[in-house]
Amino acid sequence: MYEPDKPVHPYIPNSAPKVKAKMLEEIGVNDIDELYSDIPEHLRFRGKMNLPKPFLSEYEIKRHVEAILAKNRTCRENLSFLGGGCYQHYVPAVCDEINGRSEFLTAYAGEPYEDHGRFQALFEYESLMGELLDMDVVNVPTYDWCQAASTALRMAERITGRGHVLVSDTVSPDRMAAIHNYCHPVVQVTRVKHDAGSGLMDLEDLRAKMSQEVAGVYFENPSYLGFIDHQGQAIADIVHEQGGLSVVGVDPVSLGVIKPPSQYGADIVVGDIQGLGVHMGYGGNLAGFIATRDEETYVMEFPSRLFGVCRTEVEGEWGFSDVAYDRTSFGVREKGKEFVGTAAALWGITAAVFLSLMGPKGMQELGRHILQKSQYAMKKLSQIPGVKAPRFASSHFKEFVVDFSETGKTVDAIQAGLLEKGIFGGRDLSNDFPDLDHCALYCITEVHTQEDIDRLVKALKDCLT
Amino acid sequence: MSENTSNVRKFHQAKWDEAIIFHLTNEGERGVLVPDVEPEVEAAVGDGVSALPENIVRQIPPALPEIGQMRVLKHFLRLSQQNLGADLNVDIGQGTCTIKYNPKINEVLAAMPGASEIHPLQDESTVQGALEIMYKLDTFLREISGMDRFSLQPSSGSAAILNMASIVQKYHEVRGETDQRDEIITTIFSHPSDAAAAAVKGYKVITLYQEEDGLVALDSLKKAVSDRTAGLFITNPEDTGIFNPKIIEFTQCVHDAGGLCGYDQANVNGIFGITRAKEAGFDMCFFNLHKSFSAPHGCGGPASGALGVTEELVDFLPVPVVDYEGTTYSLKYDLPHTIGKTRGFYGVFPVILKAYAWIMSLGEEGLKEVARIAVLNNNYLLKKICEIRGAASPFSAGKHRIEQVRYTWEKLTQETGVTTHDVTLRMADFGFHLWSSHHPFIVPEPFTIEPTESYSKAELDEYLEGLRQVVHEAYNDPEKVKTAPHSSVIHKMDESWMDDPEKWAITWRAYLKKHGDAP
Repeated sequence: MYEPDKPVHPYIPNSAPKVKAKMLEEIGVNDIDELYSDIPEHLRFRGKMNLPKPFLSEYEIKRHVEAILAKNRTCRENLSFLGGGCYQHYVPAVCDEINGRSEFLTAYAGEPYEDHGRFQALFEYESLMGELLDMDVVNVPTYDWCQAASTALRMAERITGRGHVLVSDTVSPDRMAAIHNYCHPVVQVTRVKHDAGSGLMDLEDLRAKMSQEVAGVYFENPSYLGFIDHQGQAIADIVHEQGGLSVVGVDPVSLGVIKPPSQYGADIVVGDIQGLGVHMGYGGNLAGFIATRDEETYVMEFPSRLFGVCRTEVEGEWGFSDVAYDRTSFGVREKGKEFVGTAAALWGITAAVFLSLMGPKGMQELGRHILQKSQYAMKKLSQIPGVKAPRFASSHFKEFVVDFSETGKTVDAIQAGLLEKGIFGGRDLSNDFPDLDHCALYCITEVHTQEDIDRLVKALKDCLT
Repeated sequence: MSENTSNVRKFHQAKWDEAIIFHLTNEGERGVLVPDVEPEVEAAVGDGVSALPENIVRQIPPALPEIGQMRVLKHFLRLSQQNLGADLNVDIGQGTCTIKYNPKINEVLAAMPGASEIHPLQDESTVQGALEIMYKLDTFLREISGMDRFSLQPSSGSAAILNMASIVQKYHEVRGETDQRDEIITTIFSHPSDAAAAAVKGYKVITLYQEEDGLVALDSLKKAVSDRTAGLFITNPEDTGIFNPKIIEFTQCVHDAGGLCGYDQANVNGIFGITRAKEAGFDMCFFNLHKSFSAPHGCGGPASGALGVTEELVDFLPVPVVDYEGTTYSLKYDLPHTIGKTRGFYGVFPVILKAYAWIMSLGEEGLKEVARIAVLNNNYLLKKICEIRGAASPFSAGKHRIEQVRYTWEKLTQETGVTTHDVTLRMADFGFHLWSSHHPFIVPEPFTIEPTESYSKAELDEYLEGLRQVVHEAYNDPEKVKTAPHSSVIHKMDESWMDDPEKWAITWRAYLKKHGDAP
């Protein structure tokens, strides 16, 4: 209990003794404890929570947390080539300016009237993503790509009434695990193999596993391993022939130069928008999208909020509200489609700002520069004796597998050497993919200069000799 | 506003009449440029695109608008002004959601490069600070709940419920009872996701309803449990703000039947250090770090639903969890019965950091004071709102409540025709938000108010004045309320489009296809 001579905490104004006394008097009780009279004694916690002594002043808490954060080594003062689902792209200042605005940052669930701004901003997010994806329906963001892919497969199950799905064995290990958990035990998941040389989906294996019991196939393009599968239409055709759906995961950053999956037969498209103007935040700032055609059958299977535009009673005014709210769990609890709640809306608003800043030319240039820089990196890395980049004989976007098996060194040892030189080398794939022992996933974005890449090449040469 | 009987603000929300962003396009304008490619790089690899198979190259560029930087900034700033955040209004009208102060210092900390510019796949030796924060938050939450270990992976409260349902399922699988145990029990005043996320895992959901005192009778639970019971997911206090004093009999009853008990503590704000999951016999509980633990709601996320379990269930948690040995923090993946992953990487780190900083700025006594003042504020409002004509608090009349109250405008509606929905729209004219409640409306014409610890008495009084003003109008000039909002951004919408597949438009391109371009 607070001692009377202790300062009132800045976050708890009504702790001020006179205010507190006045309010107790108004309620007609002598002590706050009386307000807890419904909690029986055997449920009361009378002990002390063993928490550290707090830092009551703002200066002290800042100093305390800064000291902990200083133990981290950042991608700003080091040179990072890590990707694998969280990306170091440049975040334009305007993105942070908008998502830091109190009006957006501290809002939650206002009505479409007093919170008109967030409804319009998120409708615009859906609309801008719709252009990028060439699709007419995009959701208010869900948690992340894992959730988006998992939900897309459950949507496919409900749309087709079939309880099996096929998933490419080159998807991200996190996504594979999340999909398995989210589908179990309602939907069975079977993996589709890839071609060992190219990495591309093994169409024979797909044909063998596809049947009229299968709701659809999920693959990622560019894949988790960076290669681009040009067989998208062939995959969609095989699946469609049997009445299934093609569900494709995509990196939206690639879509200025690479065809959106809707143009090669995809029925549901998913991915993550962290790369569109959002900081990495230790992988905590992910946000997933789900997109479909504007068909009632699809729209009614979304669990997410979908904001739509309408007119008001005043001519010229735009209104925005929830489309088909009664399909959601907010509307009808367990009778709704999966569930909905607080997810990642602020990153949707941020991505809207990003796409508005970039425009069509910005997205084209971003895609092209990433292609050029990553191709340059692969070329230079391949010139190091024993190093093979890329491991797969396909074209790549942003990420690629580097094979160190002929260097006689483990990825672990190479990483340790690079780390000493202030370089975060690519993700070790040895544990996640049995056929990629001694391989690592490297990521090159627009933030990498030629000098950065040359520095990596030199450092690797040093580590390997 | 000459008929004002009170001191409500003469508020008018910003109204910029801002165009849809696609209308701002001007061919050739640019908002931001991309870092260039060096000539040597270009000389080595060419244009980059030619290396791709032709059938994968995008032929028609995305039809994004072309807008200069300042105009993009202005557009979204204007939209932000047409939004009410907790930093601006007395945001107590969104009961169950714990809209409290989101300390600015925590935003400053989360924006530091040491938090924002770290990659989840960095070597553990380079992220000891991040892991320390996660580990220590886990230990704090153990103290607050009495549970033995937390996973910070769930992306939100609803995601935490999905994780709980996954753990319940795996637990019964390991015991060979999964086929038999196919039912999850919840209550109507627990969050919709307690029912909905359980159903995702294939469970049949049994929803128990309240008696006249607002609580589910123990007998109702006894009738519902059987050898098919997999678990119970329940909130306490429930959305009514009424605490179930028999909660330990509830958990005992479910345990006796062989089920597990999950405590939905998305909102723990009124009972920090007062009563805990452990003493009530729960096997699991979760906290929404963006609610009681002060991280902002961000228009609907990012969020975080920290999930705690007893020792018996630690091996079922999603991986990784953070370990600490000697002087080193590490990520631990080898939990024998883990449900696997439910999110990419490890959790919503910036929100985790904000919750850590919030606890460290309050401590043991501070947390208890948060709860006590939240309850004081709530009971103050309860007293005052029940004095307003047309308003009432159903169930347990005259009793105290914990952190929130579900009220009813039933009498107001009967006497004036003004509904909860009308009141919410009129409150917007005074710069206030009022929410109805989760569906279904068990309480007729419901509204739920949760003042938390953040708002001063003067602000609570101001909100009360707003309610009184609207009620005054309802009895004297109901049309004014029924035609609201009058001082908000827009006027009454034609929402018929929202449920009509021929008319709904979820993107601008869909709007153009269905309705043609607008003036």
